[in-house]
Amino acid sequence: MINFALLAMLLLVAVALLRLRDLFTAAMLTGIYSLVSACFFMVQDAVDVAFTEAAVGAGITTVLFLATLSMVGRDEAPISRIHLPALACTLACGALLVYASQDMPAWGDPNAPVHQHVAPRYIEHSADEVGPPNIVTSVLASYRSYDTMGEVGVVFTAAIGVLLLLGNGTKRRRTARREPEDSA
Amino acid sequence: MIDKPRSMQSNPILRGVTSITMGPILLFAWYVQWHGDYGPGGGFQAGVIFAAAVIAYALIYGLDRAQRFIPPPAAEIGVMAGWLLYIGTGVLSMFRGANFLDYDVIAHDPLHGQHYGILAVELGVGITVAAVMIVLFYAFAGRRHR
Repeated sequence: MINFALLAMLLLVAVALLRLRDLFTAAMLTGIYSLVSACFFMVQDAVDVAFTEAAVGAGITTVLFLATLSMVGRDEAPISRIHLPALACTLACGALLVYASQDMPAWGDPNAPVHQHVAPRYIEHSADEVGPPNIVTSVLASYRSYDTMGEVGVVFTAAIGVLLLLGNGTKRRRTARREPEDSA
Repeated sequence: MIDKPRSMQSNPILRGVTSITMGPILLFAWYVQWHGDYGPGGGFQAGVIFAAAVIAYALIYGLDRAQRFIPPPAAEIGVMAGWLLYIGTGVLSMFRGANFLDYDVIAHDPLHGQHYGILAVELGVGITVAAVMIVLFYAFAGRRHR
């Protein structure tokens, strides 16, 4: 029941986002979308994912959107007409995804392939081999620590990329700010 | 928001709520960081919660005061230091004669070695994620003043 309510809210927010032309409201709605998604993860017992979604999706991303809006203005350029090839491409991709989802195992199915491969070994041996009662932690930090190292590398690279594009926002700001004080 | 730091700074409700919630948020980030092997959480979650607290502080009290709390050079060093701590843990286990990132050899008891290794790499992840989020925010918020 609560799943359906949350899904309906997600759909509602998504449709509202599509129709909006005011970017400030759109930024707020993406925050709400993330918050509803976080509730969804919470209901599915993925508490750590819900933490991340609430803090990054609803919090930090919204702040960064607003910071961007304060530079570019809050109105979207008007779109004169519907771009038919783009619409057809989007609809085709969506239809393919819906078609592919028919082959996915049911939610919580114990016979799903993902529960047959290495998961039983992790569940049975993680306490003896790694120790922590939270198996998610032992998988992320010990069994699959190469993956996690790569993920941190991706985060690192993203930060370097943004710094190269935007600058770190400090030195020039200080000088630009002191100049009027000195002249005045 | 970033356009009008003055109006948000002068709002007593925002200031009060921020100063009351700041400590618990930072404490919660600390808890999520170190309690990740018993409860939900870990470095990624702790990092973003910590960064969210710093960003909320910057929104209410202004960018300058946040940058006195976490100076931009410190955040930039953190971006690298966290990842290096992660890799360094792996290199440490190589020096002790095991494979890269095989924590069994870090302490005498393999389970203790795993525990220390996991704490170290999670701390590395937390430092990098928090620092990256703060650096991104500084980069965006600092641009307006140019």
